[in-house]
Amino acid sequence: MIDEPARRLDEGALRALVPRVLAGLVRRGEDFDAAEDALQEALLEALRVWPEHPPRDPRGWLATVATRRLVDARRGEAARHRREEANCAEPRPAATEEGDDTLFLLFCCCHPGLAPAAQVALTLRAVGGLTTREIADAFYVPEATMAQRISRAKRALRGRRLDRPGDLAVVLRVLYLVYTAGHAGRVDLAGEAIRLARQLTLATAEPEARGLLALMLLNHARLPARLDSEGRIVTLDRQDRGLWDTREIAEGVRVLRSALVVQRPGRYQVEAAIAALHDDAASAGETDWPQILAWYDDLVALTGDPVRQDPAAVLGRAVAVGHVLGAAAGLRETDRLRDVIGERHRWHAVRGHLHELGGDLPAAAAAYAAAAHRATNVAERDHLVRQAARARAVGPRAAETRSNSSSGQSRPAAPFRIPDT
Amino acid sequence: MPKYLLLKHYRGGPEPHRPVPPMDQWAPEDVDAHIAFLRHVSELLEKNGEYVDAQALTPERTWVRYGGPDAAPVTTDGPLPETSDLVAGWYMIDVESHKRAVELAAYVSAGPGPGGAPLHEWIDVREVMSEASSDD
Repeated sequence: MIDEPARRLDEGALRALVPRVLAGLVRRGEDFDAAEDALQEALLEALRVWPEHPPRDPRGWLATVATRRLVDARRGEAARHRREEANCAEPRPAATEEGDDTLFLLFCCCHPGLAPAAQVALTLRAVGGLTTREIADAFYVPEATMAQRISRAKRALRGRRLDRPGDLAVVLRVLYLVYTAGHAGRVDLAGEAIRLARQLTLATAEPEARGLLALMLLNHARLPARLDSEGRIVTLDRQDRGLWDTREIAEGVRVLRSALVVQRPGRYQVEAAIAALHDDAASAGETDWPQILAWYDDLVALTGDPVRQDPAAVLGRAVAVGHVLGAAAGLRETDRLRDVIGERHRWHAVRGHLHELGGDLPAAAAAYAAAAHRATNVAERDHLVRQAARARAVGPRAAETRSNSSSGQSRPAAPFRIPDT
Repeated sequence: MPKYLLLKHYRGGPEPHRPVPPMDQWAPEDVDAHIAFLRHVSELLEKNGEYVDAQALTPERTWVRYGGPDAAPVTTDGPLPETSDLVAGWYMIDVESHKRAVELAAYVSAGPGPGGAPLHEWIDVREVMSEASSDD
């Protein structure tokens, strides 16, 4: 996470302590907001001090320093003694309590009363043990903005009861949001989401938690093949499958199996099953599309009105329909979504793919261009422009474009030398 | 050191020196070369210690104004939405002088277009007002 080579601190181990210490503070009656602030200060202190002076009892150290901060904040001498004694007397937690701590804090941070961005930020800090600075970097906002977002979120929680079981569905959604927020910044949020989901599966037997972990692992396994050396997106059908992480796939499949035997299906388990089928194909041509389509049928059956409630599932299913029943059938499926997501780039991109599948390259080029026009991510936009250009190049306009561009001009990356500063 | 925005436009600005079709109609290798050039510019500015920021904007635009008390915001996509100026993105640079900003803008404008020849795209160079108090 922090890449100064001089630092030999095991940050993973340090951050794993954060939820345990915080839960300990909150359980013994400290205010969540104040305790979380105090622990963040203790964490920053640990990052500074531990490389030189590693503590013998890291967890006790964090709890003590956080408690001291809490006490300082209150400026109460009497409180100081009482709290410090309480801290020393606190027994070691058993393994089950660790899991409970994580779950307890996830329910606090993913309180349904908070906006998703606040849930995500608070989860990363209070459960993930990231610093405000790291979270800010991950979302490309100034540190002060992120600090404000976190303190507003905590203020919103004030006075709400945090000791009741929360909504696990919200927790899962927040972790998935963390996962999809990506890996572009200094902090690997996808890896962080996997770590948190793994902790969550230790705390609850709910199969959807394992379904989510499996889904993340099975998608994350393909990450090394998703971009080429120039940073260009490589679509699934063109990826070098030798680059996929087979260990992650094996773990994902194992976790998914353990969820499916419970026989309480949910969207994450179904999406993980679809991801597993993609991961299982030795080549794009060997993809088991009929089985993928069957899982998509299950996925859309989870909601009463999938076109409106889960258009992403219907769109994914349209691709599977295209591969099983033909491009025209797939395109007909996308027609149902026109009113709902017809202005989104993904809808046009899928239609481009289906047109291409059906051999209609001019229509594919037009759809890819329409998708590029609506893209909200630079890498995706560039990818879609390339797809459009590629489809056009082999379509009827190709001859004309080629004759223009093959006039023997060189194509330097830099047309002229830039003057030095 | 003064900061400048080097603005790229989807449309608007002076008469194009070299009219070109939209990028999705270029040869694929020309698209690749152009995108590689854009990345190269960012890397080069970073290497020079002149880089501040680079962002791209989607072409979607909404003009918004206060609608009054108890009224929703008023929105429109503008007068003449097909022809009005539309910013596509920018590099923000921190450089020695206006001369250097112009030099870099010309370099950005020379990015490869169809056939690999320079695009000669117009770049809008704007100085960012400083917040530091001046010495004199």
